[in-house]
Amino acid sequence: MAQIFHRSLNLYTKASILVALVLGGAAFAGLMAFERSPYITNQGITKPQPVPFSHQHHVAGLGIDCRYCHASVETSAYANIPPTKTCFNCHSQIWTNAAMLEPVRESYRSGKSLVWSKLNDLPDYVYFNHSIHINKGVGCNTCHGPVDKMPLMYQANTLQMEWCLECHRNPEKFLRPRNQVFNMEYKQPTEELPVTVDNVAYTEQEALGKALTAKYHLRNVTDITSCSTCHR
Amino acid sequence: MSTQDIVLDREGLAEVPVIEPGHTLASVTEKISDIVLVRPLSIGWVAGFLACASLVGVLGVAVGYLFYKGTGIWGINIPVGWGFAIVNFVWWIGIGHAGTLISAILHLLRQSWRNSINRFAEAMTLFAVMCAGVFPLIHVGRPWLAYWLFPIPNTMGVWPQFRSPLLWDVFAVSTYATISAVFWYTGLIPDLATLRDRATTPIPRFIYGALALGWRGEARHWHRYESAYLLLAGLSTPLVLSVHTVVSFDFAISIMPGWHTTVFPPYFVAGAIYSGFAMVLILAIPVRAVYNLKDMITERHLENAAKVMLATGLIVAYGYILEIYMAWYSGPKSIDWFTVHNRFFGPYAGPYWALWICNIIIPQVLWIKSVRRSPFLLFLISLVVLAGMWLERFVIVILSLHRDFVPSSWGMYYPTKWDWATYFGTIGLFLMLIFLFVRVLPMISIFEIRMLLPEAEAKHK
Repeated sequence: MAQIFHRSLNLYTKASILVALVLGGAAFAGLMAFERSPYITNQGITKPQPVPFSHQHHVAGLGIDCRYCHASVETSAYANIPPTKTCFNCHSQIWTNAAMLEPVRESYRSGKSLVWSKLNDLPDYVYFNHSIHINKGVGCNTCHGPVDKMPLMYQANTLQMEWCLECHRNPEKFLRPRNQVFNMEYKQPTEELPVTVDNVAYTEQEALGKALTAKYHLRNVTDITSCSTCHR
Repeated sequence: MSTQDIVLDREGLAEVPVIEPGHTLASVTEKISDIVLVRPLSIGWVAGFLACASLVGVLGVAVGYLFYKGTGIWGINIPVGWGFAIVNFVWWIGIGHAGTLISAILHLLRQSWRNSINRFAEAMTLFAVMCAGVFPLIHVGRPWLAYWLFPIPNTMGVWPQFRSPLLWDVFAVSTYATISAVFWYTGLIPDLATLRDRATTPIPRFIYGALALGWRGEARHWHRYESAYLLLAGLSTPLVLSVHTVVSFDFAISIMPGWHTTVFPPYFVAGAIYSGFAMVLILAIPVRAVYNLKDMITERHLENAAKVMLATGLIVAYGYILEIYMAWYSGPKSIDWFTVHNRFFGPYAGPYWALWICNIIIPQVLWIKSVRRSPFLLFLISLVVLAGMWLERFVIVILSLHRDFVPSSWGMYYPTKWDWATYFGTIGLFLMLIFLFVRVLPMISIFEIRMLLPEAEAKHK
């Protein structure tokens, strides 16, 4: 009886090993890219909000400080979403008839809070505290990105654990003086633009970061990368 | 078999032959391949297969409910956080050791009697490792996270703890599974080609033809095959010793009294081979009767397996005695002595003494030659040994955990019906795979048996 497989097929058998390796490698690389893609992380994606609030207009345009609305950020785990009354400090005087702001006025009249869609949302198994980060010299835009250039709010980073650890493993690469935390224009020190702390001008982030680590009494890296620091 | 058929081996010692006289090259091929290709399905096979398949159904339900509810359906709780999952895992992995020992170490030592049981034992090894592998995957309770066991680059930015023996375990077991599978498949290729050539219907010819990878039996093929097989045997040999050594590190590296013992690695390896040979006998004895293979799996094979069991059983006994001795040597106020005392007289004294009876006392009858040559008695003793080896893991895991250093953290462990369902389910899975194996692949290596024939011997010289 003739064989079903001709011997010339042996070449294909050998070639299939190579094909399997290439396909396997491609599938692995594809999965690695996929799990970091905005489809999984929501990075860079806006969500529908009751009012199309523009951080760009309020922060860069009007120069309002972060803490005017997010008042508890320096002392509490949550930065806080402002109550409608905070909006009304200004909007009882200006743009009082704007159709866009009707949900705000309705909220004020009825006393029912505006329900915003949360964008920078960490999983519930992560303990996160804003105040400690602010007080150790982590700038708002280090995590939240260029909020002053966001007409509509979006999540600027992946918020994946590898992203958190990037800083927790090397905090000195990201620290800035406390008085610069809310400065959206802050740049890390260079030769041309040194940063001065305690009358010392630093021209490199590395030296500045080390000085601030000591000045603000940062816990060591072993402590801040321990599992139970964030997963309590 | 007739004991009159005595042959003389090279040293001139009288030995029972490893294959009964009267076989030719053609008759060996025909006999083994006909089990797969010609023999019709019997009611017994179908009934046995369906019975095992229904146990697999039980396993499916148990695992499904586990994934729905979580590990709370098991009997584990603090202080006994490791229960049946680890007991069964170690038990199955241990059973898997006989295959590689038979195929690799006995091959390197040129023990040609292993030729008629190596295929079978290797298949058993693979299936046992599969059953063992079920437990680490499901014991996490969240199987979609089971990939955390492996060092895969991930978005968490962390690796598994490389200093933990639990990770070494992952490497040891996955290496073992891979090498065993490759070794088994390599050894199958010439026989798959035989089946391809003997099959008469298109579907088997296609399947066996694809699996035979173009084997034509050329001298060049045989030359490469022999080299590859020898290399794989060399690679597998250290694994026989390393895998269960690493499994024992799961316990021995910790500081738990009852676990923190340097004798664990050798006595785990011996215990693994002990239970592995018991499983080989439990499977070989019925199979050689049902498929009329007593001329190829002879009483000499059974006797050799019994001797291995006797030897490894004594090493295991040495381990038990040494544990007691070390505790006594540590002094009457030591935690070690408390642990031993608790084993003797504590709430789990029953399983502990049952372990001694099953693993040490009963198998001593293997010193008697007529017992070693009685398939029925060997079958019973092997069952007892498997029960004993399971009890050994139960004693190590549960008894060490349930009495901690601090009396306030003492507690008891009671397996639930889900624990038992999962355990019996894996036994069903194992036996179902064995049922399939004996009908779809040559359970005895055709070409290696042919090498044992006088005709082949003459051509070699």
